[in-house]
Amino acid sequence: MGKIWKALSSLWLTVILLTLAGVLVFMGTMAQVKLGLYIVQENYFQSLFVMWGPQGANWKIPIWPGGYLLGGLLLVNLITAHVIRFKFTKKKIGIIMVHGGLIFLLIGQFLTEVYQVESFMALEEGSSKNYSENGRRSEVAIIDVTDPQTDHVVAIPESMLEPGREIRHPQLPFTVKIHEYALNTEPRLYGSELRFISTNQAVKMNDRNIPAATVEIKAEDGSKGTWKISNWLAEDRLVGLLLTNYSSRLPQGFSEPVQFEHKGRRYEMSMRPERYYKPFQLHLLDFTHERYAGTDTPKNFSSRVRLVRPETNEDREILIYMNNPLRYWGETYYQGGFEPGDTVSILQVVRNPSWLTPYISCVLVGVGLLVQFLSHLVAFAKKRSV
Amino acid sequence: MKKESNRWQRWVPWALVAIFSLWVLSTIFPRKSKGEYNIREFAEIPVLLNGRIQPIDSVARNALLVFQGKQSVAITNAQGDKVKLPAIEWLLEVTTRPEIADTRPIFRIDHPEIKGLLKLDEQEKQFTFNQIKEGWGEIEKQARRITDLKIEPEVRTPFEKGIMKLNFSLGLYFRLKNSLQPESSGDFQEEISVYRDNIKNGLVALQKHQSNEEYNEEDLALMTRFFRRYQMMSQIAYPLAVPPRDLKTNPDGWVTIGGSLLESMRSGEIHPAVNAFAAMSTAYSKQKPADFNKAVGEYKRWIAENFSKANGKGHRESIFNYFQPFMKSMAIYVLAFILGCGYWFRWSGWMSRSAFYLTFLAFLVHTSGLIFRMVLEGRPPVTNLYSSAIFVGWGAVALGLILERIYKDGIGTVTASAVGFTTLVIAHNLSLDGDTMIMLQAVLDTNFWLATHVVVITLGYASTFLAGFLAIIYVLRGVLTKTLSAATSKALTRMVYGIICFSVLFSFVGTVLGGIWADQSWGRFWGWDPKENGALLIVIWGAIALHARWGGIIRERGIMIMALIGNIVTGFSWFGVNMLGVGLHTYGFMDQAFKWLMVFNASQLLLIGLALVPNKYWRSFELLNQRGTEKPQRPSDPDSGELLKGVRQPRPAH
Repeated sequence: MGKIWKALSSLWLTVILLTLAGVLVFMGTMAQVKLGLYIVQENYFQSLFVMWGPQGANWKIPIWPGGYLLGGLLLVNLITAHVIRFKFTKKKIGIIMVHGGLIFLLIGQFLTEVYQVESFMALEEGSSKNYSENGRRSEVAIIDVTDPQTDHVVAIPESMLEPGREIRHPQLPFTVKIHEYALNTEPRLYGSELRFISTNQAVKMNDRNIPAATVEIKAEDGSKGTWKISNWLAEDRLVGLLLTNYSSRLPQGFSEPVQFEHKGRRYEMSMRPERYYKPFQLHLLDFTHERYAGTDTPKNFSSRVRLVRPETNEDREILIYMNNPLRYWGETYYQGGFEPGDTVSILQVVRNPSWLTPYISCVLVGVGLLVQFLSHLVAFAKKRSV
Repeated sequence: MKKESNRWQRWVPWALVAIFSLWVLSTIFPRKSKGEYNIREFAEIPVLLNGRIQPIDSVARNALLVFQGKQSVAITNAQGDKVKLPAIEWLLEVTTRPEIADTRPIFRIDHPEIKGLLKLDEQEKQFTFNQIKEGWGEIEKQARRITDLKIEPEVRTPFEKGIMKLNFSLGLYFRLKNSLQPESSGDFQEEISVYRDNIKNGLVALQKHQSNEEYNEEDLALMTRFFRRYQMMSQIAYPLAVPPRDLKTNPDGWVTIGGSLLESMRSGEIHPAVNAFAAMSTAYSKQKPADFNKAVGEYKRWIAENFSKANGKGHRESIFNYFQPFMKSMAIYVLAFILGCGYWFRWSGWMSRSAFYLTFLAFLVHTSGLIFRMVLEGRPPVTNLYSSAIFVGWGAVALGLILERIYKDGIGTVTASAVGFTTLVIAHNLSLDGDTMIMLQAVLDTNFWLATHVVVITLGYASTFLAGFLAIIYVLRGVLTKTLSAATSKALTRMVYGIICFSVLFSFVGTVLGGIWADQSWGRFWGWDPKENGALLIVIWGAIALHARWGGIIRERGIMIMALIGNIVTGFSWFGVNMLGVGLHTYGFMDQAFKWLMVFNASQLLLIGLALVPNKYWRSFELLNQRGTEKPQRPSDPDSGELLKGVRQPRPAH
């Protein structure tokens, strides 16, 4: 037992793990050239092992320890070393601060990976929204629109869309049956029929998947119908793309949500980016995009928004600009981008419960290293001057 | 005899410092222009380009850098002597006497296939516009193929890269020619006065023509010709040379001369700046120095009165351009390096002292250049890759000089001068892309983060390179020479260890600060972006080195090898990741840099191989081996190391 503890807390293990981690980071960086950032993140850094298989084969073997495994082992190594070997003395205070800060950083980053939710809010000047959207995940939204005042939304996340699956929900008096589902699609027009052809998963940094599904609504009294739904039909930008490509050949009202009735209630169904509703509204008053004189180089982007939250009686104006986000309701709103024409501002919305950990860790490690090295330096200088 | 030589040795270092100081100072204070033309004053005239106010001198220099990688043109004058034509005089020629400018060899072409395509002499490197102009259409055709096929810069062949560069250069040359006056204008001043007189009549004719009344055809035809001429000029002119009419309502409203002339159709008046430029151009083209100097002087006074800020900026940057602090410190570093190396072999104190003083002088010049740039830009020291090279060098030299003060063994000086020189060479090559003070993208436009994250991480690079260069000295001196004594090797190990400590501190804090900046600007502390990974690699490398050292896993030689690996890791982080072409931090691909980075990596691997050679082949350890008292084994631990004690380095007598 003692041997295991000794090995777990040894500096040898530290050096080996750090070396493995160094190589992992290098491999993960080089792999991005081919695979793109997101796949590499999953495969190299947010994994226990880096898996590899020949192209086209359906088997994979682990070729290198992944980020989670190495991070976890380093954490164990660090903690056991401190428990077993270190005693709290004045001399060691720097080292303890450094390692405390590192533990904080590693755990904080792990929590971030698990709990962080990123979404965006595209606001046109003069418009308001009380939700943000996920740029990478979609949902099937079934909305009870009977009441003109309020909509009741049931959203089925993309991860539940498996062909053949029947989905029931206590608030839905019918069953949703998934016939087909594709993660990424391209539109094709056959005659006047629009089809969505399954295609490869998006790899590049700025590419995204555009899913589509064929869905049937089944009630006790029989099928209400089977429809093709897709983000292609729900997002303004994508609809615009379809219109410019196929223009008049598209059937009338092709992009309208699916509508059906059941037991005297009216429903709408569509596939759209996953939404996160908020108890407040943001209203975009003005978006500005300054450029340097005589160039196209952007100088600054800023969005003046009005935040309205009835329950707390809040109503105020806020200026969000580069490097100056709005932190509110546990979320942070950044000036993320804009759409051509400079009237639509895109705010990046991030919910990250552990956003403060790097700040604390930076101070702890920085001060710790400084204390440690300065005390070395002072001792060294004293020795020399004697 | 001995005393005399001592006296001689005492004043030589100071004499060297005095000579080089004079050389440096000689260019700071604005001299009167040598010739009849008051070129120096003309050079200061402010224009707006790349989103910033700069002296017209900078426009000229940066254009020449793009064309040929040098800031002056090598020409043969009327007497048959080889002389240098300053950038600003060349620009004056280009704009006012294009027929002469077309005979200046300013386009550098290296690729033999491009020379073949243009039927140029294989042996030559620099070509004139006249030599190339026949083939311009062909160049454009080739360039169009590359842009039509959307061949990305990273995958272009050297031939394609050369074509694109030449095509860009020719386009820029054409734009410069039409910047101060239309290329074909013989007497621009006269042309403008005709234009001014015509505006009123022309407009009347136009109005009448539009309302189907009878009009003067000649007036309208002239007006139309002027309109076409100035419209074209406004589209192709390069710098925005004409200041805004109203500074208060539209401070950024600088326009080109052509643009201002078009605007005159509306106002009926010629902008005073246009009149002034026309006077200068015409005087220079007709070779009337007195008229030229008068026009320049009057315009400068007018600018100083109405646009004092822009005038000040032009004045300061022009001084900076003539000062060329980095070129000067580069030269002094080289001399210091040679003297410092000489000291080890000849062991003469004056060499060591001279090397130290000169390195310090070069460092002062380097520092003043750095601060001058900061003042000009109103920014922290590092804003782009170019300035990072300057700052890496600065930081490494500062640390090296501190080491020299502590150890006084010449090592700090040699390393400092070597790193200072190398980084300035890198910076010079990075400057060949053109303007190095270009404005910052919105997300980078924050002095707080530039002053913290960027400065700290760059100091991390500087210290890692310094440790790596010390290791190079250790290996080279140890294996190839007999000069690495036990004391020296112990001292070197201490230095490297201490500097690695600093580099870990800077790299870690810098990396985390970068993460915090990212969190501030787009809500992601860490995104596994290549540049972030590069920074992380330096931190991991440092952590490995320190833990391995503390665990006794590596000792003297091990830490040297780690320092050499540090060179490769830092090279990758600083440059390598920018070449991958992915992620948020890509600043553009540097073709030449890739080759040199590979050469650097190979050299470091070679040195690591050398470091791994068994002790008995290290010339510095020969004595020890001959004695046979100790088995050849790895050098001792610096803290407890007894192994090399008693080995004395034979010193040549003074």
